[in-house]
Amino acid sequence: MSEPQVSDQTSTATPPTLLEAVDVSKRFGGITALDAVSVSVGEGAAVGLVGPNGAGKTTLFNCLLGLLRPDSGRIRFDGRNLIGLPVYRRARLGLGRTFQRMELFSEMTVREHLLVAERARRGTGRLWKDLLNRGAPTAEEEAEADVVLDLVGLTPVADRAIESLTLGHGRLVELGRALMTRPRLLLLDEPSSGLDQAESLALAGVLDTVRRERGTAVLLVEHDLAMVERVVERLYVLDFGRLLASGDRDEVLADESVRNAYFGEGVGA
Amino acid sequence: MDVLEEALRYAIRGVPVGCIYALVAVGLVLTFKTAGVFNLAFGAQAFVSAAVFYRTHEEYGWPIVPSFVVAVLVIAPLLGYVLDRVLFRHLRGASTVAKLVSSLGLLVAIPAVVQLWFGTGRKFNPPSIAPDPGHIFRFGEFSVSNDELATIVATVVVVVGLTALFRFSALGLRMRAVVESPRMAQLAGVDADRVGSVAWVLSSLLAGLAGVLLAPLYDSVDSITFTILIVAATAAAAFGRLSSLPLTLAGGIVLGTAQQILAGYLPLDSVLAQGLRPSLPFLMLFLLLLFWPGLRQRREATDPLAGVDPPPPSLAITYADPRVARLNRIAFVVFLAAVLLGALFVVNGYWLFLITQGLVYTTIFLSITVLTGMSGQISLCPAVFAGVGTFTAAQLAANHGFPILWGMVIGAVAAAAVGVVVALPALRLGGLYLALATLAFALMVENVVFPLSWVSGGDAGLEVPRPQIGSIDFADDRAFFLLAFAVFAIIATAVVLIRKGTTGRYLAALRGSEVASSAIGINPVRAKMTVFALSAAIAGIGGTMLASLQGSASIEEYSSFVGLFWIVLVVTLGTRTVDGAVNAGMAFILVPELLDVLGVSSSLQVPVQFALFGFGAVTFAKNPEGVVEANKRKSIQAVSRWVVRHFGESPSAAPEVATSAEPVTVLDALESAGAADTEAPVPAGGPASPPS
Repeated sequence: MSEPQVSDQTSTATPPTLLEAVDVSKRFGGITALDAVSVSVGEGAAVGLVGPNGAGKTTLFNCLLGLLRPDSGRIRFDGRNLIGLPVYRRARLGLGRTFQRMELFSEMTVREHLLVAERARRGTGRLWKDLLNRGAPTAEEEAEADVVLDLVGLTPVADRAIESLTLGHGRLVELGRALMTRPRLLLLDEPSSGLDQAESLALAGVLDTVRRERGTAVLLVEHDLAMVERVVERLYVLDFGRLLASGDRDEVLADESVRNAYFGEGVGA
Repeated sequence: MDVLEEALRYAIRGVPVGCIYALVAVGLVLTFKTAGVFNLAFGAQAFVSAAVFYRTHEEYGWPIVPSFVVAVLVIAPLLGYVLDRVLFRHLRGASTVAKLVSSLGLLVAIPAVVQLWFGTGRKFNPPSIAPDPGHIFRFGEFSVSNDELATIVATVVVVVGLTALFRFSALGLRMRAVVESPRMAQLAGVDADRVGSVAWVLSSLLAGLAGVLLAPLYDSVDSITFTILIVAATAAAAFGRLSSLPLTLAGGIVLGTAQQILAGYLPLDSVLAQGLRPSLPFLMLFLLLLFWPGLRQRREATDPLAGVDPPPPSLAITYADPRVARLNRIAFVVFLAAVLLGALFVVNGYWLFLITQGLVYTTIFLSITVLTGMSGQISLCPAVFAGVGTFTAAQLAANHGFPILWGMVIGAVAAAAVGVVVALPALRLGGLYLALATLAFALMVENVVFPLSWVSGGDAGLEVPRPQIGSIDFADDRAFFLLAFAVFAIIATAVVLIRKGTTGRYLAALRGSEVASSAIGINPVRAKMTVFALSAAIAGIGGTMLASLQGSASIEEYSSFVGLFWIVLVVTLGTRTVDGAVNAGMAFILVPELLDVLGVSSSLQVPVQFALFGFGAVTFAKNPEGVVEANKRKSIQAVSRWVVRHFGESPSAAPEVATSAEPVTVLDALESAGAADTEAPVPAGGPASPPS
C-alpha cells in the first residue's frame, strides 16, 4: 500500500486530543467512501483536510457530525463516544459546523440566525417553557449576538433578510451561527468556495481571530491552498477514501507522493 | 376441499384487482421518478375516465370502442398533459410539501368537477371493455372471466412495455437522466420539460385505463372508491420502493390477492371482515412505510445542481405604513366587537348558530395552522384527530358520567397521544411519508375503528350534551356562542404565543434547513412531534365543541375526506396566521349561504365548494401562506403606499422602521404589547427593524 506517513502523528500532538476518529469506514453500495480513516484534532488546534473531489471529505464530516453513521470505527469527542448520538446532541457537546452547500434559514434576518442559535444553546429543555415562553431575545442574548456579529464583521448587514445577501456574507452567517453555539471544534466545509480573494482573506482573518480569542479548534476542508496555508498547522490528505498522508502542513505539502496524487506534477505553491 | 386449492382460488380472484392497483402505482412511480411529484390525484384521474366511459356508453349509447378511445386514449392523456403544462412543470423547484399540497388540491377538485357533470351518486353495472365479458375460461378447478383476463393482460403488457422503455430506449435513458438531475440533463441537451410531459401523459393514460378496467370489478362508479384507489396504489408503489416497476406490479398483486384471501376466510359478518379487508391497503402502506428498508434509503434524491434552483418564494411582503397598521388593528377590534354584539343582540337564531359553527370550525382549523403553517408539515388526518377527541369526550359523557368539558380535555389528550403514535415513526422519514402515513391511518381508522358501536355509537351516532358550569347552562345558544368564542380565543392566543416562543423560533429554523437546525443543537424530531401532538389536541377540542353545538356526533362528520377538504380550505385561505383560520372558518359557513343565494342547487353545493377550494390549494407552491392571505397582505401594502403618497411619510416612524416587519395579524391586535414578531416576513432587500 502506498500510504507514506510523512511524519509521525503522535510526535506533533502536544495539546490534549479533542476529537479522535479511528478507523472510520463508510460504504455506499459498492463504493467505499471512507476506508479506515483516522484523524485527530487537538484542543485549540487548526487542522486541514484536503483531497480531490470525491475523496470522502464531506462524508467524513457527515460521520463526525452524525448525519451519517459510519459502518465501522470509533469517534470520540472530549473522551466521549459519539457513535449513535444524534446531530443535535453532538452540537450541544461542542461541535459546530458550516456547510459546503449553504444551509440558511430563509425568512430570517442575519441577526435572527444568530439569535435562534443562541436560544438553542441556552435552551432550558423544558417542553412547556419552550412552547409558551417569549421568543423575544433577552438583553444578554442580544449582547451575545452583537459580539459575534462584530467578530465576523456582519454588523452592517445584521438586519438584512438572508435572501438579499451575497454568497460571501452567507458564508459568514453560517460561521457566525456556528460560533453562537460556542463550539469547541468548528468543522468548516469549504468555507471559501465561491468567494473572491478579498472575501477569502477576510474569512481567514476571522478564523484567526476566533482561534485567538476563543481557543476554538478548527477542522477545515478546503481546496484553496492559500487559505489552508494561512489557517492550519497540521494537514490530512484524503484520496479515494483513504488517508494518503498526514502531519505538519509544510512537510505534507512538500511531500512528493502527495504532490503527485493530489496536486499533479509541476503545480507550484 | 383441499385447503391449498381453496386459498389459490381466492388468490386468483384477487389478481385482477391487484393488477389495477399496480397500473395506478406504475403511473405514480413514473411521475414520481421523472417529475418528482407524488401525485395523490391519480385515483381521481381514474375516476374521470371511468365516468366518461360510463356516461358515453351507458347513457349516450356510444359503442364500446369510441367510448374507450375518448375516455382512455383522449381525455386521460390530455388531462395529464394539461396538468403538467399548467401546474406541475412549474413546481420542479418547489418543496416536497408544496408539490404534495398541489396534488391534494387536485384530489379534492377533480372528482368534484366531474360530479358536476356526472352526478354525485353511485352508478351501477358499469360496462366492461372486454368482448363478451361474462365468458368464463376454465383451467381445471380454476376459472377466470374474460373481463378479468383482459385486465391481467393489459397490466402485464403495460409493465413489460414500460420496463423495456426505461431500460432500452433513448427516451427511457432521458427519463432516467431527468430523474437524477433535471438541470444536468438540460445542460446535456435533454429537453427536461418534454420528458416530463411524456411521463405525465403516459401515467395519466395508465390511470385512465385503470379506471375503466376497475369499474366492472367493483360493479359501480363513484368518486370515493376511485379516489382512495390511490392508497392501494401507493402501497404497491411503496413495495416497489417508489422506483422498481416489476416490484410495483408484484406489490399490487400481493395486495389484491391478500384482500381476497382474507375475504374468503374471515366470517362475513365479523368486524374484522368488514373493517380489515377494505383497510388492508392502508395497513400494508402503513407497515411498509415503517418497516420497508428500501424506502428509507432513497429518501431524497440529491441533485448536484439543486442549488441553482431559485429559492422558494418568500412570504408576501408585509410592508404597512404605521398608520395603516394601526387602522388595521382598530378595524379588527371593531370587527370582533361587531361579531360579538351582533351575534348576541342582532341576528336571529339561524345566523347565531351559523356564526357559532364558524367559530368552532375556526378552532379546528387552528390545528392545521399550527402544523402546516408553523412547522411546514402536512398531515392528512385532521378529521380523524377531531373524531378521536370527540368520540372520547362523547363516550365519557354519555356512559361514564363525566361533564362534557372534562371529556373534552381528556379527548384532547387522547387525540394527542394517538398523534404521537402515528407520527413518531413517520417523522423521521420526512414530509412525503408523514403525509402518506397519515392518509393511510385516516382511512384505516375511518373504516375499522370509528364504525365500532363502542366508539361512535355505530349508525345511530352519539348524543353529545351541552356543557353546564354551575348555574350557567350552555344549552342556550347565546351562552354557547360565548363559550365557543372563549375556547377560540384561548387556543388562538396559545397559537400566537407558541409561534413567538422558543418552539416557534425553532420551527421557523427547521422550515429553513433541518440539518443546519440540528447542527446548532435543535432537536428536530422533538420540535415537530410537539406541534404534531398539539395540532391533534386542538382538532380534538374543536371536534368536541362541534359535536356539543350540534348535540350529536356521527362518523360522517369526521371522515378522512372531510379532513382533506378542511386542509384545502385552510391552505387556500391562509395557513400561517390566526386570521387565515378565521377566514377559513367564515368561508366554511358563508360559502354555502352564498351558493344558496346564487341559486346553486343543494346537490351541487358540495362539489362546487370542493372544486373551488381544491383549485385554490393548488396555488400553495406560489403562495405558501395561502392565496387569500397573500393577497390581503399585498392589498394592505398597496393601501400603505397610497397613504404615503397622499399624506406623506408617517411622522412617527423613521424610514427604516416604516419598512419594518410590522405584523398585521389578528392576534397582534389582541396582543400589541410590543413583543417582537420575529416570525413576520422581512421585506426582501430592504432593511428591517431589529426585534425589540
